[in-house]
Amino acid sequence: MSGQDIFFYVFSALAVAFSLLVVLGKNPIYSALSLVMVFFCVAANFVLLQAQFIATIQVLVYAGAIMVLFIFVIMLLNADAQSADLGKRRPFQAIAAVLCVALFALFAWSVKNGTTSPERAGFTPEKVASLGGNTQVLSELMFSDYILPFELTSLLLLVGIAGSVAIAKRKLEGARAESPKEGQA
Amino acid sequence: MDRIELIWMGVKIGAVVFTMLSSVPVMVWVERRGSALMQNRLGPNRVGPLGILQAPVDVVKLLFKEDFIPAHVEKVIFVLAPAVLLIPAFMTFAVVPFAGDIAIDGKALHAQIADLDVGILYVLAISSLGVYGIIMAGWASNNKYSMIGSLRSSAQMISYELSLGLSVLGMIMMAESIHLRDIVAAQSGHIFGFLPRWGVFTQPIGFIVFLTASFAETNRLPFDLPEGESEIVAGYHTEYGAMKFALFFMAEYMNMLVASALISTLFFGGFQLLPGMGRLIDPTGALIAKFFTAGNPADWGRLALEAVSFSIKVGFFMWFFVWVRWTLPRFRYDQLMNLGWKVLFPLSLANLVVTAALMYLRVI
Repeated sequence: MSGQDIFFYVFSALAVAFSLLVVLGKNPIYSALSLVMVFFCVAANFVLLQAQFIATIQVLVYAGAIMVLFIFVIMLLNADAQSADLGKRRPFQAIAAVLCVALFALFAWSVKNGTTSPERAGFTPEKVASLGGNTQVLSELMFSDYILPFELTSLLLLVGIAGSVAIAKRKLEGARAESPKEGQA
Repeated sequence: MDRIELIWMGVKIGAVVFTMLSSVPVMVWVERRGSALMQNRLGPNRVGPLGILQAPVDVVKLLFKEDFIPAHVEKVIFVLAPAVLLIPAFMTFAVVPFAGDIAIDGKALHAQIADLDVGILYVLAISSLGVYGIIMAGWASNNKYSMIGSLRSSAQMISYELSLGLSVLGMIMMAESIHLRDIVAAQSGHIFGFLPRWGVFTQPIGFIVFLTASFAETNRLPFDLPEGESEIVAGYHTEYGAMKFALFFMAEYMNMLVASALISTLFFGGFQLLPGMGRLIDPTGALIAKFFTAGNPADWGRLALEAVSFSIKVGFFMWFFVWVRWTLPRFRYDQLMNLGWKVLFPLSLANLVVTAALMYLRVI
């Protein structure tokens, strides 16, 4: 077993262990922090696959930005152990379990039978390095061959941002319209 | 990896870790004496010459104090939080180049611990993790002041991270690379024949935005609302004592060090020699050659002087952090958010557009 293999197994085992903590943890804050660790371990595996850019973005976006907001919300809502009482929702758990198994089967099948492994698409680690590294190759592809999906994704994000601002603003104006009455009372 | 590379790696890691750790007590002393100087006080002046031994004495005190954990805290997270804050601060320095290359036996060795493919993105990614330490500390302390402090801090860090990232983009575009060594190399030479081609002259707006945002990211005055002792006791580390409190303190100075190193690297030519230092290369090389001989003495002289130049630049910005802290009053929270979102963010976007337009027109 080479050093890379050892690292792969260590990080994978940690990822599985922390994923279990996310699902089984009683306290939502612990679950959220475990999810951060899962992202971190997955990022480490990306590095082992020579995909440093994806790993960095994983840490920057998921661990560094999105999960901070998750934890923020959990902390502000003060969702403690009691409110996370999921024991009575057995049917949902069963559905979730079935969906998870189905998803896992799909992943396993696609890993086994998929045709777009990096070697087959022509991007071996050596070739990527000769083309100027991960980030360069990825950005060139994104702004040439895949410009349309890339721009569509950014449009989708823009729509999402505009939508959330519109919803928040309506609530804000509603609160403003009500506030004078409270002042009089 | 052969023997020379292995030794070189060990030397680099040892030197960086030692410098980072030992800079903390020195900075504490500088900060206390500096603040006293600015406020017409004396500061610590009894232990050792000029009070310089005050810092080691304080370290001994913090180490031997009782490591008390209050009864009402969430123990696991309470204990983890200081480490979670300190470790990213250490990790960030791994990609900062602190001197040029050196050739030994025909092998180019970099004075940078890890030359990652993602360059500056690594810095942004890792430094965005420090906020967890603050959130965890505030939440685990189970204390309203700690909680308010950590909420303030995380909101502030998330808000200023955007401007921080965008302000760097201008430099990345001009260097046409995200590798810090390439960004340093792109700042060599002169503009108008006398001004060094440093980022501060080619990207002045980017520099101002980055500087301001890094003050907010390090939670230093004038943006130290997470601590705000007149309002919320000591913010997120109210419940901490002894060495755990000291770890928060260390993390603050580490973050300052990393921020200073990044400001120097991105906007002040990094390890490039300060003006007029070029003529010192040969004497320094000759001096080094007396102690050991490997590679070219002139190269070693250049390397040593580059490391010294980098240290001087970083040291200046460390002092700048202290200087600002004891000069400016604290912002109000809405002012802080307005500055971040309504001034710095549009400014950095405008800077990006102007830089792109000028580069397209081949003006720069």
